[in-house]
Amino acid sequence: MIRFLARRLIFALLLVVTVSSGALFLTRLAPGDVTSNLGAFARPEEVARMRARFDLDRSAAAQWGGWALRAIRFDFGDSFLYNRPVGGLIQRAAGNTAVLAVAALSLATLLGIPLGIISGSRRGFAPALIRGASLVCLSIPPLLTSLLLVFVASRTGWLPAGGMTSVSAVDAGWPSWVLDVARHLPLPAVALALPIAATFERLQAQSMTETIHQPFVIAALARGVTWDRAVIGHAWRASLRSMCAIYGLAIGALLSGSFVVEYVTAWPGLGRLMFEALRARDIYLVAGCAAMGGVFLAIGSVTADLLLFAADPRVREGQTT
Amino acid sequence: MKDAGRALLVVIVLVAIAAPWLAPNPPDRQFNDFFYAPPTAVHVFEGGLQAPYFYPLRIVSRLERRFEEVRDRPIRIEWFGRGHLLGVDPSESAPLLLLGADSYGRDIFSRLLFGARASLGLAALATLAAMIFGAAIGGIAGYAGGAIDELLSRLSDFVLVLPATYVVLALRAVMPLVLPARTVFVLLAGIFALVGWPVVARGVRGIIASEREREYIAAGRAAGASPMRLLAKHLMPAAHGYLATQATLLLPAFILAEATLSYVGLGFPDTVPTWGTMLHDASNVAMLGEAPWMLAPAAAIFLVVLAVNLLVQGSGRSPVQLEP
Repeated sequence: MIRFLARRLIFALLLVVTVSSGALFLTRLAPGDVTSNLGAFARPEEVARMRARFDLDRSAAAQWGGWALRAIRFDFGDSFLYNRPVGGLIQRAAGNTAVLAVAALSLATLLGIPLGIISGSRRGFAPALIRGASLVCLSIPPLLTSLLLVFVASRTGWLPAGGMTSVSAVDAGWPSWVLDVARHLPLPAVALALPIAATFERLQAQSMTETIHQPFVIAALARGVTWDRAVIGHAWRASLRSMCAIYGLAIGALLSGSFVVEYVTAWPGLGRLMFEALRARDIYLVAGCAAMGGVFLAIGSVTADLLLFAADPRVREGQTT
Repeated sequence: MKDAGRALLVVIVLVAIAAPWLAPNPPDRQFNDFFYAPPTAVHVFEGGLQAPYFYPLRIVSRLERRFEEVRDRPIRIEWFGRGHLLGVDPSESAPLLLLGADSYGRDIFSRLLFGARASLGLAALATLAAMIFGAAIGGIAGYAGGAIDELLSRLSDFVLVLPATYVVLALRAVMPLVLPARTVFVLLAGIFALVGWPVVARGVRGIIASEREREYIAAGRAAGASPMRLLAKHLMPAAHGYLATQATLLLPAFILAEATLSYVGLGFPDTVPTWGTMLHDASNVAMLGEAPWMLAPAAAIFLVVLAVNLLVQGSGRSPVQLEP
């Protein structure tokens, strides 16, 4: 297991380095650079100073070298847009995205897994209803759910239609700040969670139907184990293996979806920050965001592996990897 | 379920093809005084069934964008006139706006139909490119095996790990932001194909790798068939079913990718009607609450994705596609 984990960690590290370096080079090679934000009437010496500040006067390789050396010491350079070190900006945005992603993933799990167990192990009206609902939810990607929810919110006023905090709550101390964020969170979280919950439901239902006909479940039923216990205790445990693999993939979907949701609902997360940075050619901010995205991906895939270890004794004993 | 999905998809494609004939108005015609106008209510019943007609709208308050129907002058809807399925005499005081008008006073229904051409066309082109690219790489990896297989598989695995939206976003954002529509079309198709091929390649590789051990390939090799011929003529047919499923899954993903890019302002220019640029027009939250018909393209995208899901689920295959 240690060797396996070590290999995954090396892969994760490689991922972060490749993604952030790739983003750096891509931004560097793109037409136009950060100095175009200064406007057409900027003095030449000002442009030259800006280029020097962001190492644009050096070759791309030299810039990458300098950036990588500093990044090892957690100095990710400055942002042009915010005129601040990138590290702090990323930290805050990543925190916001993490709150959104964790909320959405929990919601998707709480909705998708139990419903999947029900629709996968039973017949009748309720499972058919669940199946239909999840088919509809599968067909509404986050772009549409968030637009729809924003529309509903702006129409009814039940929830704030965008943003993460209200202006009034910022200065009112942290308890009211937390309450305020909690009021803003449901809309983007639901928008992000619905399609993922539907996917979870479908996959759980499928693997449930498969495992429920396995000999060990039939044997358990023959021993006199009740239907519910056989479903939860035996069949579901065995179906967990394929679900864990999905969680690793879900992180990518969460990140992709969170960009759209953050953009539509004005949630100040990593996706929005990266988008702004890309448009302004804010090179170090782009690289920093990409690195953070890579970290998220790596955390996701390693967590999925750990879950797999915890859930499936066959993997623990090294029979399959 | 499968048939319903297929029928829905066929209808959508037919509508896109017949857009110039079906659309009552030119997609870029701006009707002044009809900014954010609500959908025209078509009447067919007044003291008995009648030919469809509607009452022209007149703006009452420009500030509040309030419209009222002019009750005394009904306008007849003409069928099969002027080379369109339906329309009104251009000299009439109000246009036929079946789904209302957008922020420039353009007919949303007509734009939706024309948008289907751009959105579906782009997605179809990108899907085709991704299929060809993916099948070629997957086929070579599966047939060659060894180091080539290892290298190509690692490459496609790496691209698969990345969140597709960000890759597309980053690749598009580093290009010049303002480009002519034609360039955008080709560029986006290229970018989408670049992101989409690994999914195809991985599946094809698995099929080819297991298929090449079969006797008929050994027989073909013994008969002197070249590897290229074996791959293209004898091995690829085994992957046809897989390719068909992947194509149906990639199509809505690319439609959505275009919508996302255009929504954030990195896709087509605003003047080109696509479902994405139309959604971009709906991004004004304050207006969205008052003009829900702006969300019509969202409904169109939903229908396409639903059709594909029905088709794929009905075939008993699971849509493991998690994004987008």
